[in-house]
Amino acid sequence: MIWMQQKKNYLSMILTIAALVSIWALVDYLTSGRPPILSGYYKLNIILLCINIILAVSLNLINGFTGQFSIGHAGFMAVGAYLSAVFTQKIMIVETIAAVTGLDPTGDVARTAGLLIAVFIGAMAAAVVGVVIGMPTLRLRGDYLAIATLGMGEIIRGLVLNIEYVGGAAGMSGITQLSSWTTVFILTIISVVVIKNFINSTHGRACISIRENEIAAETMGINTTKYKVLAFSIGAFFAGLAGALHAHYFYTIQPGTFNFLKSFDILVMVVLGGMGSLTGSIIAAILLTFLSAALQDLAALRMVIYALLLILIMIFRPQGLMGNKELSFATFGSLFGKKSSTGGGEQRDGSQSN
Amino acid sequence: MEVFLQQLINGLSLGSIYALIALGYTMVYGIIRLINFAHGDIYMVGAYVGYFAATQGFGFIPSLLIAMVTCAVLGVVIERLAYKPLRNAARLAALITAIGVSLFLEYGGMMIVTPQVRTFPDILSNKIYPLMGGVQISFREIIIFVVTITLMLLLQFIVHKTKTGKAMRAVSHDNEAAMLMGINVDNTISATFAIGSALAAAAGVLVGVYYNQIEPLMGIMPGLKAFVAAVLGGIGIIPGAVTGAMLLGITETMVSGYIDSMYKDPVAFIILILILIVKPTGLFGKNVREKV
Repeated sequence: MIWMQQKKNYLSMILTIAALVSIWALVDYLTSGRPPILSGYYKLNIILLCINIILAVSLNLINGFTGQFSIGHAGFMAVGAYLSAVFTQKIMIVETIAAVTGLDPTGDVARTAGLLIAVFIGAMAAAVVGVVIGMPTLRLRGDYLAIATLGMGEIIRGLVLNIEYVGGAAGMSGITQLSSWTTVFILTIISVVVIKNFINSTHGRACISIRENEIAAETMGINTTKYKVLAFSIGAFFAGLAGALHAHYFYTIQPGTFNFLKSFDILVMVVLGGMGSLTGSIIAAILLTFLSAALQDLAALRMVIYALLLILIMIFRPQGLMGNKELSFATFGSLFGKKSSTGGGEQRDGSQSN
Repeated sequence: MEVFLQQLINGLSLGSIYALIALGYTMVYGIIRLINFAHGDIYMVGAYVGYFAATQGFGFIPSLLIAMVTCAVLGVVIERLAYKPLRNAARLAALITAIGVSLFLEYGGMMIVTPQVRTFPDILSNKIYPLMGGVQISFREIIIFVVTITLMLLLQFIVHKTKTGKAMRAVSHDNEAAMLMGINVDNTISATFAIGSALAAAAGVLVGVYYNQIEPLMGIMPGLKAFVAAVLGGIGIIPGAVTGAMLLGITETMVSGYIDSMYKDPVAFIILILILIVKPTGLFGKNVREKV
């Protein structure tokens, strides 16, 4: 029985890898020709899509899986974006690497190494901020926590706004475009895989138990504070990573980019996809990124649609598109294959899928 | 000392406006345990209704009343359409809906009235009265104090002396028991929304008159600040909201006067987080332990 299970897992893993590689190759082919088949505008939105996936999945870890309602995700994004930009623009990390190793500072190797270091530092800083803020605020519950995280996001933005070193209200501009489709795509996959594996680990199960019932979890010997802060800081880490990638693709960052409307944007993705479903978040991120690209010129209309989406989802389908189910090859398999007695693709447990 | 007194007057007028908004927050939270994120945007709608009334030639008092009535109706409509279906759902579902309603009012409003900043017509004189030692108070500030105090006394009267007020207190104390006693809970909740929204609308018109300009996103920050004020005083407690709002208003103007106005927003949120950490139930709140 076990080897059959394993065989199935290998199969879906191979299928997943094949699918990811073909997506990468397809987008790379479509955007890198001279002239590219898809214009820079499409490429920009595809990059944005990957960043949104990281943001949605990391927020889902906090909101959906651990059940701690945070609406200050853009604050962590700001920390990652600003700190990584400081490292590449002020400390000149790429040039330093080139000088130390003798590589060409305009070459891909030095640029990618510089980017990765800056991104990692930005993400770590966001995680540290997450721990510092999470320790006191995660004692709060439900809507109080929501307000505290919102306030925290606004505090971070307010502080950045007042630091002249990073440009104050004007923000930083002329950031070197170090992110590329390949790095962004690979980091997105890594983020999703790390979060998925975290959720399926002992620690992740502890987080889910906190969501289900905090008091019961505590009674069962789970250190709820520790796991809440852990989930919060992992979420913050990936938000910082997304922010750093954002800064190094879109040339400029401003405090206004990371206001709480950005946090709400991410929240809409998580809620639409289903709190507690990683694939749901990914699907919602894809849908909403395309929606907002289509409504680029009608910013107000876009927000009205977002607002109506939020209200209607909450009234008619509060669990979101996917609930807490995951979509995987196994789901497709059982949909098209024999209908098992347990009801086809209705897997309740994320650990079974993929 | 002069700066201090001047900032104190400014702080009290800002605090009065926060107080009017915070009252609606605190009443709604007290009765259905919902942070009504859209409340700040009802204040914005109030400012716009007041603006349109004033440009049609209405005076200050009629504009104020028109705005209050319109927003009372709007508050009830929002409650019936968006919040009522979720009354028995998870609290977070209602909170997310409130965020949705807030975004809807902001950007729906933006589509209707365009994002441009509008100048509020001069419907009140801008006379300035010197007090002792160079400290000044303007006629508009006096009007803000008068309107705020009148509305608060009226609210106090409604909550403590009328049947509706009694029903509101009963429902906020125990929803089900109130229902068993024959109180129409739905109507009581609607009445709470109507009163809270009317107060927010009054704040909107006052801000329009005081600062002379309005725009569709003007409700976001005051809404959040008023919420901070409500939490500061102990959410669900009416005198707490007023105290918290005054404290917050004064703190903000002091920060602007003595440090830098760029720091007033972060300071307000730092106060919020400190209060939540040290005494989550606020200054006037009692600690309630969760039972298993």
